[in-house]
Amino acid sequence: MAIQNVGSSMQALDKSLLLRLYEQMETIRTFEERAGKEFSAGKIPGFVHLYAGEEAVAVGVCAHLTDDDFITSHHRGHGHCIAKGVDIRGMVAELLGREAGACRGKGGSMHIADVHKGMLGANGIVGGGFPLAAGAGLTAKTNGKGQVAVCFFGDGAANQGTFHEGLNLAGIWKLPVIFVAENNGYAESTPVTYHMSCRDIADRAAGYGMPGVTVDGLDIFAVYEAAGEAIARARRGEGPSLIECKTYRYYGHFEGDTITYRTKDELEFYRGRDPILGLRRFMVERNIASEEELDAINKQVQERIDDAWQFAEAAPLPAPEEALTDVYVSYP
Amino acid sequence: MAVAIRQMTYAQAVNEAIRLEMRRDPRVILLGEDVAGGAGVVNFESEDAWGGVLGVTKGLVQEFGRNRVLDTPITESGFIGAAVGAAATGLRPIAELMFVDFFGVCMDQIFDQGAKLRYMFGGKASCPLVIRTMIGAGMGAAGQHSGCHYSVFTHMPGIKTVVPSTPADAKGLLAAAIRDDDLVMVFENKMLYAMSGEVPEGEYVIPLGKADIKREGTDVTIVAISRMVHQALAAADTLQAGGISAEIVDPRTLSPLDEETILNSVAKTHRLVIVDEDNPRCSAATDIAALVADKAFSELDAPIKLVTAPHTPVPFSPPLEQFYIPSPERIIATVQEIMG
Repeated sequence: MAIQNVGSSMQALDKSLLLRLYEQMETIRTFEERAGKEFSAGKIPGFVHLYAGEEAVAVGVCAHLTDDDFITSHHRGHGHCIAKGVDIRGMVAELLGREAGACRGKGGSMHIADVHKGMLGANGIVGGGFPLAAGAGLTAKTNGKGQVAVCFFGDGAANQGTFHEGLNLAGIWKLPVIFVAENNGYAESTPVTYHMSCRDIADRAAGYGMPGVTVDGLDIFAVYEAAGEAIARARRGEGPSLIECKTYRYYGHFEGDTITYRTKDELEFYRGRDPILGLRRFMVERNIASEEELDAINKQVQERIDDAWQFAEAAPLPAPEEALTDVYVSYP
Repeated sequence: MAVAIRQMTYAQAVNEAIRLEMRRDPRVILLGEDVAGGAGVVNFESEDAWGGVLGVTKGLVQEFGRNRVLDTPITESGFIGAAVGAAATGLRPIAELMFVDFFGVCMDQIFDQGAKLRYMFGGKASCPLVIRTMIGAGMGAAGQHSGCHYSVFTHMPGIKTVVPSTPADAKGLLAAAIRDDDLVMVFENKMLYAMSGEVPEGEYVIPLGKADIKREGTDVTIVAISRMVHQALAAADTLQAGGISAEIVDPRTLSPLDEETILNSVAKTHRLVIVDEDNPRCSAATDIAALVADKAFSELDAPIKLVTAPHTPVPFSPPLEQFYIPSPERIIATVQEIMG
């Protein structure tokens, strides 16, 4: 399946929406670059997987969602959190294991969540989210209020058995679930050309009786338009969809990854197609926004991230005994 | 007002608990393989739908419809995980894992997702999910359809484990499990489904974490789990005839465990035998033994003894399977050994 040249109709989007998409992508980029820096400085315990490069996917999809809609995420989940409106201060505090963290320091980067925002968690198990998203879709269908669930997953997860089980369940029950593949070309170090038996993940949609489309995941317009169609379809009760976004991650599988499995040329190629710079250029060239306006947004974003780090670093660590709480709602 | 008591089977009691809770709370749904039955049949609601492989959930689809009683494909990871996702977003699902032995194909969704979700999210989410599952040897169902395995789940934080031994307990404990805000696994012994007993009519809820003394005695405490309660009761009759008074404690839930009732009984009898059909290593039986050794060592007049299945899978051939299941005879011999 060729990558469809969708998105052209979206270029008439109004300025406020374009600026919001830009601001969110810039927030994710700035958040991630700061996280990478602080991880190298030894401030963040555990593992960190950065989303930089893939921003157009989370932002383009979540732009169609409200707090009443659900998303499931994966180990590379910071971008989904930000796009779904999770509090930035709470996110940084969580990375640092603070009591004020989104999960009170019990989850960390790989389990960051805010159920009240419909963000059902980053997930440390590759492919763990497919059944969960089907279940959130079952809730949505049962509630009958037009809610949807979005399952973000990587190309590596597409080879887990849960992919088949989750998509089949959503297919037979016509659940309002949108499965969004973030195909960044690599499952850890293993290229998708090696690990997958078909060229496009979207080809598999036919096996579940749902529409499947492959889009350029570096193009915010393409993602926004494909997601808009699929989400509207789900809200109308017409069932699930699969959207594959071809994207790229700028950093390693995890911070500390030596990235010996891909070339500098390849990285430079994708850096040259940066989704944020692409949207920026689009707005400037068409006089939708000036460089100064966009610089001002970048400055605000930087201040917000700085503030979140300042807040989180000053926030207290949890008392050790807090390890014993929150296992159960009640346990006699 | 006196509560009416009727005779009904363990299977009927399970069915009644689900029915009453589904009437009480529209968020409760039931899903699993064949729980309605005949999903492809036209006008199935008017048909005599299957209601599960052993008919335990028969009749529920007629009352609640297919939107609340969902047949699933054979896709345990998919539907157990969907039940976790639905529970985290506002429903209160009852998922049926047909035989507990099938946990291998959905363990991630139980253990890494459902059981850990609340903790990993800092107490800001919950998973009000019940997983009902069949356990137990005795039907010749062999190695992959006969295990108990509740010890595996008792080991795991974030899961509550319930092991009803009578029809009344099956009803009351399942009702409590459905109302509970945590992930609860209810282990229904398939050898008990046909057993009849007295069951209170209407709303009947037994709090989780309360053991039940199934028979009072003074000379030895027998802690027995699930179907082993009945093996122990049979043994107790014979022992009584020989002048030994056995007290039988049914923990009813393994997590949480009613330590107090067990310790009080041991303080009275000074001897302990634990009867468990699960495999013996790192098990509920060894856990209870460790509890008593730790907290009531000075009360003991004899070593703690375990009567369990061997450390093997469940065999098929009837004499092998009967050898596997702890028998009243083994319980009697073990008690006599420590009575000195």
